[in-house]
Amino acid sequence: MPKRGDIRSVLIIGSGPIVIGQACEFDYSGTQACKALREEGYRVVLVNSNPATIMTDPEMADRTYIEPITAEVVAKVIAKERPDALLPTLGGQTGLNVSVELEEAGVLQEYGVEMIGADAAVIKKAEERELFKEAMEAAGIECLKSSLVHSVDEARRVAEEIGFPIIVRPSFTLGGTGGGTARDADELARVVENGLKLSLNHEVLLEESVWGWKEYELEVMRDHNDNVVIICSIENLDHMGVHTGDSITVAPVQTLTDVEYQRMRDMAVRCMRAIGVDTGGSNVQFAVHPESGRMVIIEMNPRVSRSSALASKATGFPIAKIAAKLAVGYTLDELPNDITRETPACFEPTLDYCVVKVPRFAFEKFPGADPTLGVSMKSVGETMAIGRNFKEAVQKAFRGLEIGVDGLGRRERERIEPSRLEYGLAVPNSERLLYIKYALEEGMSVEDIARISRIDPWFIDNIAQIVETERRIVALGRGQLPERGLMWEAKLNGFSDLQLASLCGVDIHRIRRHRKEMKVCPVYRLVDTCAAEFEAYTPNYYSSYGESDQARVSSKPKVMILGSGPNRIGQGIEFDYCCVHTVFALRDLGYETIMVNSNPETVSTDYDTADKLYFEPITLEDVLNIYERENPLGIIVQMGGQTPLNLAVPLQRAGARILGTPPESIDRAEDRKHCRALLEKLGLKQPESATALGVEEAVCLAQKIGFPVMVRPSYVLGGRAMTVAYNEDELRTYVSAALRASPGYPVLIDRFLDHAVEVDVDLVCDGEDVYIGGIMEHVEEAGVHSGDSACSIPPHTLPPAMVEKIADACRRIARELRVCGLMNVQIAVRDGDVYILEINPRASRTVPYVSKATGVPLAKVAAKVIMGVSLQEQVCVGGPPPIGWYGVKEAVLPFSRFPGVDPVLGPEMKSTGEVMGIDRDFPVAYWKSQIAAGQNLPDYGAVFLSARDADKPWMVEVGRRLRELGFEIIATEGTARSLQAAGVQATLVYKLAEKRHPNILDMMAENSIVMVINTPSGPVARVDEVRIRSEAIRRGIPIVTTQSGARSTVAAIRYIRGARWGVTSLQEYYAGAG
Amino acid sequence: MRTAIIALEDGRWFRARAFAGEGEYFGELVFNTSMTGYQEILTDPSYHGQIVTMTYPLIGNYGINREDVESAKVYAGGLVVSECSRIPSNWRSRVTLGEYLERNGKIGVDQVDTRAVTLHIRTRGAMKCVISTIDSDPDSVVEKARRSPGLVGRDLSTEVTTPRRFSWPGPHRERADFGLVDAAGSRAFRDLLQGFPRGGYRIAVLDCGVKLNQLRILASLGCELEVFPNRTPAEEIIAGRFDGFFVTNGPGDPGGVPRVVETVRRVIHTGLPTFGICFGHQLIGLALGGKTYKLKFGHHGGNQPIRDLRTGRVLIASENHGFAVDRGSLPEDVEVTHINLNDGTVEGLRHRRLPLFSVQFHPEACPGPHDAVHLFAEFLHLVAGSDNGGGKGRTR
Repeated sequence: MPKRGDIRSVLIIGSGPIVIGQACEFDYSGTQACKALREEGYRVVLVNSNPATIMTDPEMADRTYIEPITAEVVAKVIAKERPDALLPTLGGQTGLNVSVELEEAGVLQEYGVEMIGADAAVIKKAEERELFKEAMEAAGIECLKSSLVHSVDEARRVAEEIGFPIIVRPSFTLGGTGGGTARDADELARVVENGLKLSLNHEVLLEESVWGWKEYELEVMRDHNDNVVIICSIENLDHMGVHTGDSITVAPVQTLTDVEYQRMRDMAVRCMRAIGVDTGGSNVQFAVHPESGRMVIIEMNPRVSRSSALASKATGFPIAKIAAKLAVGYTLDELPNDITRETPACFEPTLDYCVVKVPRFAFEKFPGADPTLGVSMKSVGETMAIGRNFKEAVQKAFRGLEIGVDGLGRRERERIEPSRLEYGLAVPNSERLLYIKYALEEGMSVEDIARISRIDPWFIDNIAQIVETERRIVALGRGQLPERGLMWEAKLNGFSDLQLASLCGVDIHRIRRHRKEMKVCPVYRLVDTCAAEFEAYTPNYYSSYGESDQARVSSKPKVMILGSGPNRIGQGIEFDYCCVHTVFALRDLGYETIMVNSNPETVSTDYDTADKLYFEPITLEDVLNIYERENPLGIIVQMGGQTPLNLAVPLQRAGARILGTPPESIDRAEDRKHCRALLEKLGLKQPESATALGVEEAVCLAQKIGFPVMVRPSYVLGGRAMTVAYNEDELRTYVSAALRASPGYPVLIDRFLDHAVEVDVDLVCDGEDVYIGGIMEHVEEAGVHSGDSACSIPPHTLPPAMVEKIADACRRIARELRVCGLMNVQIAVRDGDVYILEINPRASRTVPYVSKATGVPLAKVAAKVIMGVSLQEQVCVGGPPPIGWYGVKEAVLPFSRFPGVDPVLGPEMKSTGEVMGIDRDFPVAYWKSQIAAGQNLPDYGAVFLSARDADKPWMVEVGRRLRELGFEIIATEGTARSLQAAGVQATLVYKLAEKRHPNILDMMAENSIVMVINTPSGPVARVDEVRIRSEAIRRGIPIVTTQSGARSTVAAIRYIRGARWGVTSLQEYYAGAG
Repeated sequence: MRTAIIALEDGRWFRARAFAGEGEYFGELVFNTSMTGYQEILTDPSYHGQIVTMTYPLIGNYGINREDVESAKVYAGGLVVSECSRIPSNWRSRVTLGEYLERNGKIGVDQVDTRAVTLHIRTRGAMKCVISTIDSDPDSVVEKARRSPGLVGRDLSTEVTTPRRFSWPGPHRERADFGLVDAAGSRAFRDLLQGFPRGGYRIAVLDCGVKLNQLRILASLGCELEVFPNRTPAEEIIAGRFDGFFVTNGPGDPGGVPRVVETVRRVIHTGLPTFGICFGHQLIGLALGGKTYKLKFGHHGGNQPIRDLRTGRVLIASENHGFAVDRGSLPEDVEVTHINLNDGTVEGLRHRRLPLFSVQFHPEACPGPHDAVHLFAEFLHLVAGSDNGGGKGRTR
C-alpha cells in the first residue's frame, strides 16, 4: 500500500535535553524521521527543547518549536499548527509520555489529531506492567512472577508471595529511574517509596529476581500488513540486573543455538502482535536461565530506543527512517534497502562481524555516588566497535572509550583495586571487564571467573585469549618486536599499536614502522546488512585484518572530519552537531566528506550523513590508517571537541595535514604559559595565574596569588577536576587530584574572581576578519562551570559598551592566534574590567545554541572558512543582526541518578545536556528554559529558604519578593531571623541537627514544599545541607543554589503570572528578523 | 593443528587451519549467511556434496547438542569458518564442533578470511573446491578441484535417501540411528503447532534427503508417515492408498534424477494431495513440465524474504538451494504462489486442477525462522478437503 493521502502534516515530539537514559540517539532517530517524512512530501512540525540537536535545525522541519516538551506547550503548538497526525514513537519516553497525556487530556480528539505508529492504547499496554503481563499471558508468552503495588504496605504483602530478592520497577519513568533491588523488607520499603514518587502514575512493580540470568534483546519492526522482521539480536555480556544501557552488549547473539534463538524470535513476533504495535520498531527484552534455558520476556518498548539506534548502526538498517515511512502507510516490502538498493527493506539483516558496545560512565564527576551497576541506568554515553571477532571488537571499543586503557591492555591496574578482586568480579561495576582481565593475568581460571561474575564463560575465554597473546608478546623480552605471525595474531585479536608498544617497551612509532614494514595493515570492510551476499552501495566501513579490502578510494578532493567519540559530561551531542554541520558545509562546497567516529548514538555516524563513514575509535593509529588509505586534503580536528583536538599535534608530526587553525596556535592557546604570554602581548587582563608540576610548588604559588584560587589540570574538557580552593588544606587535596586527572601535565592555578559576571563568546575567524557569533551572559556568577550555568543571548544585563569591549578583546585574540575556524573565549567581567579566563581554539559546547538563538549556523560558516572561503565571501561580517528575542540556555543535571551526591554547581561540569527557552521577553524565555529543564516552577505554596550569612542580605530580598507573590516562606533559625528582622514573615522549621520534628525533610515528605532556595555554606558542604538538597532532587522539587539563579527564578515566576505566553517557531523568529 | 589449503577450480586458493579432520575433501563451495544453526546445517542431507562457508565469523560458540540434528550424521563435506570457538558455552552442549566433525569424519577449517571467500563466490559463483591437509602445493590442490566432479547432472539424492522404507513415528528400526533423534521436535514447534488442526492421515514421504523436522512436524500434526527410498516405483506408492504425498528436500541437481521425476509425475497425476519442499518442489516443477536451472551462488541462509502472492504478505524463510524452477517454463495450469523478493525467483507453486503445492524454501526451518510453518497445516487441509485421495485410510 502506498503512503497515506489523508494526512498532510505530522507532528513529531523530540526527547528534549540529553539526560542519562535518553541521549542523542533520539536526535539520530528524530532527524531520520524528519528527513523521511519530508522526502514523502509531508509537512513536519517539530517540538523539541534541545537546541544542540540536528533535528531542531530549521531546515529539518517545516516548523521547529524549541519549546518545553510539556502537554501544555504541545497543546498550544497543536492549536496553532493543526497537524493531522502525531508520531509519538521517536521522542523516547518523553515523547511517549507527553503523547499519552495529550490523548488523556482530550487535546488530540479536540483537534482531530491521529496518533500514528502506536496509539495511546498500545503505549499503555506496553508500558503498564499489569496490562503487559495480561497481554503476554494471553499470547502464551512466559513472564516473570510479579505484581503491581501502590503503597509500601501492599509491597510487603506481595513480597511474601514472590520471595526476596525482589526487583522494584516504577511505571512510566525513563531509563529505569528510581528502580532497585530489595533484599529484605527494610530495603523494600525504601526502594518502593522512592519509586512511587518518581512514577508518573504512582505505581511500582515488584518482580521475581532474575539477577544473574542471561539477557537478550531483539529489535523488531512491523508494518500494517503484519509483516514482521527482526533487525538485530543483542546479547548482553552483563547479566540480568544490570540496566541494558549500562551493560556491555554484543550483536548478534553469541551463545544461543538456532532453536533457542528462533523461539525468542517467535516470542518477539507474538509480542508485537499482542501489544498491537501497528507500525514501527520495538525493542523486546528477554531473560534466559543459564542452566535450564527457561526463557521469559522482560519488557518491550513500542518505540525507537537506544538499542534501536545501536541496532541500526550495527546492521546498517535505518530503523527510525523505515519506522517513519511505515507510520504513513508504506509496507516493508515497498521500501528499498538503501544499502543494497536492489533488495527490499523487508528482510532480516545478517552480520559477518561482531559488534560490541561499551558504556561510558562519569562516576569521577560525582564523588560519593554509588559506582555499582543495577537496574537504574548510570552511564552517560557509549562507544561501539566492529571487528571480525569479539576480541577485536571489545579491544577497539575499550580504546575508543577514552578512559586511558588503550584497549584491554595492561593499564587496567590504574583503574582497578587489585585488593578488591572478588568484589570487582562479583558485583556489577563499570570496571568489571578490567577486573576480569586482571584476574586472568593473575591465573584465575575461566570457570572460576564465570562462576563468580555470572558472565558467560564464552566471553571470558575470549578475554583469556587476549591475555595469552599478551603473554607471548611480553615473553619476547623488552625492546623485542614480534615477528609477523605474532604481530598478525595480535592484530586479529584487536591489539592497538599503543598496547603493543607498552608490552614491548618501545615507542608507538617504532611498532607502527615495524608493522608496516611487515605489511601488517588493516583492511576496510563494509557494513552491508547482508554479509556480502549482495553488492552494497553505502560506504560505511570498519577496519579489521584480513584479505578482502573494500575501501573504494575516489579521486575527488576529500576531507576527513574527526568526531568526538563516546558522549561524556563536557563532550556530547554539541560536538556531533558541529561535525555534522561541517559535513553539510563541505558537501555544499563539493568536497567528499569522510567521517570518523565511534559513537553509535549520533547523527554523524548515520550512513547518509557523510559521503563515507569509518566506524572507528578516534586514536592516532586508527586515524592515521584511514588517512593513509584515503589520502585526503587534510583533517578537520576542531569540531569534535577535545578528543580530536588532542590528536592535532601528533597527527601533524606523523605527516598528516591539519586543516583550519594550525596546531601551533592550538598549543599556544591550550598551554597556559603560552597563553599568558599571548594575553600580555595583547594587553588583556587575566586572573593572576601560575602552573605547578607538584603539590609544594602549587602551595607556594597560591600564597603569592592569594586565596581563593581555582585549580585545574591542563588539556581537559568540562572542567574535569577543577575546583575552587579557599585555603591551603583544600589546595593540597585538589592539586593531587588534578595531577591524577591529567598525568604528566602541569596543574593550573588561577586567582578566583568571586562575584564576577561570566561571559562566553563563540566566534569564527578566517585569519583576518572575525565574526562574533554570539556573546552569552551567564545567569550564575563566575565559579560555576560555563557548561552548567544558564546563559542568555543577547546579554540580558551587560551594557552595550561592555559588550563591544568584550567583542574587541576576542577579535584581537583570534587574529593574534591566526585562528582559522571556530574559537570560544570565556570571560569574567568585574568592576568594568574584562578578564580572559580561557581560550579554546575549537568548536565549543555552545555553538549549536548560538546558532539556533541567532539563526546563523556558526559551524557551517567556520567549516567554509577552514576550506578557504573567507567571511567576506560568505557575507558574514561583524556579528549577527540584532535579534528581537532572548534565547536562554539552561543546563540539565543528572543528580537524580546519583542519590546522596550534593547537587550543587561548581567549577567542575556536571550537566549532561541543555535546553533553550526562547521568547521576546527575557523572563518568559528564562521561565521556559526552567520548565524545559524539568524545574517545575511553582505558582503558589511554601518555599524553603536557607542561606549562609554572606548570602543573607540578598536572600531577604528574594524572600520579600516571594511573599509579595503570595508564597509562604519556611526557613531554619538563622535565615528566619534575618527575614523577620527585615519584616518578611517566615515560618520556622527545625534543623536536622536539632533532631526535632517537623524538620524540613518531614515537610518535603508531606509534599508541602514547592521550591528550595539553598546556598552552600562553604566549599565543604555540611551534611544536613547535602541531605536537604538531595532530598529535593529525589522528590523532583525545584532547587536553586545561586544568588542570580534565585533572582531570575523569582522574576520569572512574577512575570509569568497572568502573562499570556505563546509558542513561536524558529522559522517565524528568523523570518521576522530578516 | 594442521594447515590446510582451500582450493577452487578457478585457481583461487586460501590458506587455513584444520581444527577437525585430515586428508582431502571434495565438494561444491557455497556460503551460508545464517548466524546460528551450524549443527542443523551440517546434518542437513541437502548439503551432501557441498562444503559450507559460514559468513558469520564466530562459529562453534554453543557447541553441539543431542537434539538439534536434521539427520543422524554430518552430510556437508566440510565446514569453513573464520574462527572456531575454543570453548562451547550453552547448557545443552555436549561436545565441541571440532570433536563432532572429527567423529563424523569431516573436515573443519578456520583462520580464513571468510568474507573474502564469500565475495569470491558471490562474484564468480559457487564452484568446485578441494580442502587438503596433505597436499601443501596450492597449484596441485587447485588442479584436484578442477578434476573433481561437479554438482550439475549428478544424482546426489540417491546417495542420501533411505535404503529401505520405514514408518514414522514408530519403531524406526530400519534406520536405527534415528533413535538418537527426539521425534517430538523442539518446544518452539510444539508451541507453534498448538492451534493447528490434526488428522490421522497416512502420508507417503518420498525421501530425497529428508530433514527430520519435516517428519517431526507432520507427525506432531497426527500424521502416520511411510518414508520411501527415492527410487521407489510410483506403483508401490499408489498401491499404498495413502491420503497424501510429500516430496522432501535433498541435495544436488533435480535434473540428475529423471527416474524420480517420473515417479513424482505419475503419483501426482493420480490426484493424490501433494506437498513438496525445496528439492521436492523442483522435482514437482519438472514433473509438471517445467524446467530448472542453476543459480549463480544459490540461496543459503535464514533471512530470505518470500512474498506470498496470494496474501501479499512477506515471510522470512530459511533457504538452501542452488537450483531453481524456471518461471517461464511452467505450463498454464501451474500458478506461481511465492517469489523471492530479492531476485524474483520462483519460491512456490500450485496446480490449478491437481491438489498440489510446493515451496522452494523451508517451512520446517531448522535452522531459520518459523514464519511458514502454517504450510504444513495447509497441506493437511488439502488432504482433508480432497476426495481424490487414495485410500481414505484414516487411522485413529
